Amino acid sequence: MTRRIAGIDVGGTFTDLVMQEADGTIRIAKVPTTSANQAGGVLAAIEAAGTTPAALDLIVHGTTATTNAVLERKLAKVGLITTAGFRDVLELGRRTRPRAYGMSGSFEPLIPREWRREVPERMDARGAVVTPLDEAAVAREARALLAEGCEALVIHFLHAYANPAHELRAGEIVRSIWPNAYVTLGHALLSEFREYERGTTASVNAAVQPVLDRYIRHLQDRLAEAGHPRDLLVMNGNGGTVPARAVAQEAAKTVMSGPASGVMAAAATLAQSGVRNAITCDMGGTSTDVALIAGGVPEVSAELSIAYGLPIHLPMVDVRTVGAGGGSIAWIDRGGMLRVGPESAGSMPGPICYGRGGTRPTVTDANLLLGRLDPDALLATGRRVSVDEVREAFARDIGDPLGMTPEQAAEAVIRLANVLMAGAIRMVSLSRGHDPRDFALFAFGGAGPLHAVALAREIGIPEVFVPFRPGLTNALGCLVADLRQDVVNTLNRGLDDIAEDEIATVLAAQAARGRAGVEAGGAEVERIETRHVAEMQFRGQTHLIRVPLGSATPSRAEVQAAFEAAYFARFQVHLPEIRAVLVNLTTSVVGRRHAFDLRALAAGAAGEARLGTRRIYADGTWHEATIWRRESLAEGARIVGPAVLQQADATIILEPGSDAVVDSLGNLRVRA
Amino acid sequence: MDALTLAVIQAGLQQVCNEMDLAFSRSAFSPVIAEADDRSDGIYAAEDGALIAQGEGGLPVFVGAMQHSAGHLIRLIGEGAVAAPEAGDIYIVNDPYLGGTHLMDVRFARPFFVDGELFCWLQNTGHWPDTGGMVPGGFSAHATEVEQEGLRLPPVKLFKRGAMDREILSIIQSNIRVAEQRIGDIKAQAAALLVGEKRLGELVARYGAATLKDAIALIRDRAAERMRAEIRRMPAATWRAEAFVDSDGVVNEPLRIALAVTRQGDTLTFDFTGSSKPCAGPMNSVWATTYSAVCLGVKHIFPDVPINAGTFAPLNIVRPEGTFLDARYPRPVSGCAAEVSQRIAEAVFLCLVQALPEEVTAAPAGTSGNFALGGTDPARGASYVMYQITGGGYGGNAHEDGLSNGCSTIGISKTAPVEVMEQYYPVLFRRFALREGSGGAGAHRGGFGVHYEVELLRGEARASFVMDHGRFGPPGVLGGGDGAPNEVRIHRGGTTTIPLHLSKDQGIALSPGDRVEVMTPGGGGYGAPYARDPALVARDVRRGYYTAAQAAASWGVAVTAEGGVDEAATAALRKGRAA
Repeated sequence: MTRRIAGIDVGGTFTDLVMQEADGTIRIAKVPTTSANQAGGVLAAIEAAGTTPAALDLIVHGTTATTNAVLERKLAKVGLITTAGFRDVLELGRRTRPRAYGMSGSFEPLIPREWRREVPERMDARGAVVTPLDEAAVAREARALLAEGCEALVIHFLHAYANPAHELRAGEIVRSIWPNAYVTLGHALLSEFREYERGTTASVNAAVQPVLDRYIRHLQDRLAEAGHPRDLLVMNGNGGTVPARAVAQEAAKTVMSGPASGVMAAAATLAQSGVRNAITCDMGGTSTDVALIAGGVPEVSAELSIAYGLPIHLPMVDVRTVGAGGGSIAWIDRGGMLRVGPESAGSMPGPICYGRGGTRPTVTDANLLLGRLDPDALLATGRRVSVDEVREAFARDIGDPLGMTPEQAAEAVIRLANVLMAGAIRMVSLSRGHDPRDFALFAFGGAGPLHAVALAREIGIPEVFVPFRPGLTNALGCLVADLRQDVVNTLNRGLDDIAEDEIATVLAAQAARGRAGVEAGGAEVERIETRHVAEMQFRGQTHLIRVPLGSATPSRAEVQAAFEAAYFARFQVHLPEIRAVLVNLTTSVVGRRHAFDLRALAAGAAGEARLGTRRIYADGTWHEATIWRRESLAEGARIVGPAVLQQADATIILEPGSDAVVDSLGNLRVRA
Repeated sequence: MDALTLAVIQAGLQQVCNEMDLAFSRSAFSPVIAEADDRSDGIYAAEDGALIAQGEGGLPVFVGAMQHSAGHLIRLIGEGAVAAPEAGDIYIVNDPYLGGTHLMDVRFARPFFVDGELFCWLQNTGHWPDTGGMVPGGFSAHATEVEQEGLRLPPVKLFKRGAMDREILSIIQSNIRVAEQRIGDIKAQAAALLVGEKRLGELVARYGAATLKDAIALIRDRAAERMRAEIRRMPAATWRAEAFVDSDGVVNEPLRIALAVTRQGDTLTFDFTGSSKPCAGPMNSVWATTYSAVCLGVKHIFPDVPINAGTFAPLNIVRPEGTFLDARYPRPVSGCAAEVSQRIAEAVFLCLVQALPEEVTAAPAGTSGNFALGGTDPARGASYVMYQITGGGYGGNAHEDGLSNGCSTIGISKTAPVEVMEQYYPVLFRRFALREGSGGAGAHRGGFGVHYEVELLRGEARASFVMDHGRFGPPGVLGGGDGAPNEVRIHRGGTTTIPLHLSKDQGIALSPGDRVEVMTPGGGGYGAPYARDPALVARDVRRGYYTAAQAAASWGVAVTAEGGVDEAATAALRKGRAA
C-alpha cells in the first residue's frame, strides 16, 4: 500500500488536515475555515501541509456545509407532493413544545405551506390501495411548484414504507418534468413508518441536496484543476464514507457527520490501544458532544434530531449534545445562587479573553485567570486582553457579591461547570443502560482535555485518555473511516406473524443493495463486512431495542432469543408472556479500507519536553505546576500533576494528585 | 456555607431526582410512563413533606402536588393512623383527597434514613393505565362518585423492610384491569426510589448529613428569594381573570374559575373566590391538584426557577373551600389532572400577562384532547382500546406567534403517528391537518389547532372524549382575539351530530364507515390585530392559514388575489383603528 491519503475536516473555526505519506509518515495542517465557500480552506490546508492536490491519491472529506445550511436555514427552495389530507404533517409534528416549561417558542417547517401540495392517493397500513394515484394531479402540482421556483422536490405518501408503488410512479412522472435530479422519494431514503419523521428526513435531504451538490462539484472542479481528478470520499453521519458522486443523493446523511468522524477516530484510537469502553467528550465553545463506545463499537441511533422539530431518522453515530462549553456564562441569579450557563457567549462576542467585546465572565475566562490556559498562547483574534481585565470581571460579577476572591470565584465557576457537565454525561450513559464508571473518558476538541481530569473525578471515571492530536480528531476520523451503507426496512409485525424465510430474504436484498452502494465508488477497499440488526419491541411499547443478528439467515427462534437477551441485558426484565414485534431490519455494509497505523502520528517525538513552571490555581490555592510540550514527550514518559501539557491544538491539565503516562501510540493515559 | 458547596449540592439533589425519573421511565412497561413520561420523582422533607427537589423530566402537572401527599403521609403516621416507617418500606397511596390528583396517579413513598434517623422521603408518582372503575383507563365522563372511578388506596406499606407484601398486591390485582402487566410497573416504580436512595446516600457520604441539611434549608431560602425578586418586578396591583370548563360531563353548564392575583410586597396571592360550587361530574379538582396547577402556571412563566418548596413559598394560594377546586370525598375527580388543571393554569396566565406583558403568552389550547375508541377488530379477533391525544395552538406573545399543535399545558408527551394508529387499530384517518383559521387574531396571532377525521373500518366500536374549550375558545389578551373553540362532530349513517356536552361524552356507538371529526382549539391572539405587519397577514393568506376575508375582517388588511398587500385598501380598512 503506497498511497498518499489525506483526511480533511472542515469545522466551524478551523479546517484540519491529517495526511499519510506513502512511507507512512504523517503531515498535519490547521488553517482557518473559509465559511462562504469551504473549498478555499480545503485547498489552503493541502498547501499548508506542504503538498499539492496532484500529489494525493485519495482525499477523505468531512464537511459542515449541510449542517450549517440547516442551522442557518440557508436552504434550497423545496416543494412537497403528498397524500390528500396530510400536507400539514411536516408543520404539526408530534404535539410537542421546545422546552418542558415555558409556553413560548416557534417552529417553521423546512417546506412552507404554500409549497406543500396534495394529490389524491392513499395506501392503508398493509400497503393495499385505498385511493388510486391521480397521475394528472401529480404532473399538475409538479409543474406548479416548478413555476413557483422550487429547485428540489419531495414526494412523501402515507404508508409508502409498506408499499412504495405510488411514490415510485409519482417519481417517474415528476422526473419527466423536473429539470434536475433533486427529487427525493420519502421511502427511498428511509423505509420506516412514522410519517412526520420520514417526511422531515426527506425534506431535510431535499433542502440540502442542491447545496451539497454544488459545493462538492465546485470542490471537485477546484481539485481537478489542481491536478487531482479523482473522486473524493465524503463522511456521513453513520461514521462511514461514500463516494462524492453519490453523496448528494442521500445528502441528509452528511448533516451530522462532523461529530461522527470524531467518534470514529476515537474508536480507532481506542481499538489500537486495547481500550474497549469509553465515553468521548468533545468540549467546544457553546456545547459539548458526548458519545459512547461500548465493546469497541460506537453506539448508533436512528432517532436523532438536528434541531427542535427536525428529526433525521437515519442510522447515525449517537452523539448527544450537552449545552455547556467554554463559552458558558457565569452569573448570579436573583436568589443569590451561583449559576453557569445555559447562556453562552458563543464565538461572538465570545469569552472576555478573546477580545471581541465579551464582558461577562465565562468558563474559558476562569481557566485563563487560574493559569490553566497560557495567556500568551491564547488564540485571541480581537483586542489583546490582560488577565487583570478578566480578574476584574470575576470580582465584579461573581467574587464581590459572594464574598470570594476573583480566583476563588473562577475556581467555583469551573467546579460548577464540571458538576453540571458530569451530571449530563451520567444521564447520557444511564439512558443507554451503562454505568459511566465502567468507561474511560476520551477527551478531545479544544477544551475537552482542559477539563477532562476534573470531570472524570466528578463522574467517578478512573482513567482519562487524551489522544496525541486532540484538536485534529475529526480529520483523523476521515482518514480512518471505512465506506459504509445502511439499508433499513420496516416490517412492524409480530415475530410469529413473519414467515420463516422472510427475514433472510429481506436481509439478502438489503445486503445486495448496500454492497452495490459501497462498490459504486470504485474506491479501494480491502474487504467487505455486512452486519444485520433487528430493531424490536414488546407489543404495546414504542421504544425500540437494537438487536444485533449473528447470521444473515436467522430463524425466528434465534431472533426471539437474541431479543430477549438484549432486553434483559438492558432492563433486567423477562417478559415471556408478551409478544415480540420485529419493527425494522437494518443492514450495514462496511467496505474496510486499509487500516491506518496510529503509531505514525506520534513518531519522531523530539526536543526538550519540559518548558518550565507556571502557577495554576486548584483546590483553593496556587500550585507551581510543571509545563510540558506535549509533542516532545516520548513513549513511557510519566508526568505527575499538577502539570500543564501544552500543544498546538489543545491544553491538558493534570490536576494535583493525578499522573499520566505516554503510551506507545503517543496517547496520554491519565490516572484521575 | 460557601456559594460553591451550595450550588454543587443543589445540582447533586437535582441529579438524584433526574436519575430517579430516568430509571422509572426506562424500566416501566406501560407506555403512559415509558413513553409519555406521565410520572414524577422527588425528595421531600422528613418533618412536613416540603419539596426539596423534583426531577426536571417529570410531568409538569406534578410540580407542586407531591409535597401534599408526603405531608398527609407524615401527618397520618404522626397520628398513629398509619404504621411508622422502617428502612426498606415503601408506602403506596392513590387517595386523591390525601394530596393526590386522580386515582390513576399512584404514589410510592420510601423513607430515607441516615444513622437510623429519618432524613427525608423519596417519593414518586406513576400514572397507571387502569385502577379499576366503571370504564377502562379511569376517565369516566359520567361518574358521580369516586367509587365509580376505581380502587382507592390509603397509605399502606406495599413493601415492608424491602419485601413486597403479596397480600396487598393481590388485593390490588383483583381490582384493576390488565393486572398481570402491573407487576412490571410496580417493580420499576420501586426500583426508581432505590436508585434515589443510592445516589442520595452518595451525597450524604460526600458532604455529611449536617451540611446537607443546612444546604437544603439555604437552597429553599434562595429559591424563595429568587421568586420574591420575580414578584417585585410586578406592579403592586390586583389582576382578575376567568376561565371556564365546558361542563362537568353530567350537568351541562359551564364551571367558572374566578381568579384574582394580588401582588403585595414580596407575596403573590391567588384567590379563587367566586368560582363554581363542587360539581356532580368528574371535573372536580382536589386541593393538591389546584395548588399544583397554580405552581405549574408560575413555572411556565419563570421556566428557570428551581422546583422546590422555597420557590412556591412566596405564593399565597388561598385554599378555595366550597368550590369545585377543593373537592372533598366522595366527589368524582378523574378530570382534575388532565383538564381542570389546565384551566387553572390558563387563569394564572390571563392574570399575570397583565402584570408581565412581555413575558406571558395569551391562552394556549389547554386541553389534552383525549379521544378513546374501544371495540373488537374482527380481522384480528381481538378487542382494543385506541387512545388519540392531540395538541392545539399556543397563545401569541410579545415576541412571536403561538406554536401550532403544542402539547397540553400539563403534559410533555407526543401523539402517536397516523401510520402507527392505522397499523394497530381498524381505523383510517381521512385527514390530519392544521386547522385553518383557528389561531386567534392579534399583533402576534395564536398557533393553530389540529383538524382530524378518523373512520372506523371494521367491527362495532364505542367512542369517548374528555376534551375542553368547546364552549369558548382560548382567550386572546391585550386586544388579541380568541382562538377557535374545540369542536367534535360524529358522522353516522349519513347524519352529523355534535355531542351534547360539546367536548365530553362516552359510549358513542359507531359502525364501520362512521367517522369522528375533531377540531382542536387554536391559541389566543396577543395584542391588537391592527398592529400586525400587513406583509405577515398576506403571507398567512398565501399559506391558506386564513382567507382574504378573514384578513380584512380581523386584521384590516386587504390581500390581493396574487397574495400581496393592497396598500391603499389596507390603509382604508385600518383608518381610525388603534394599532
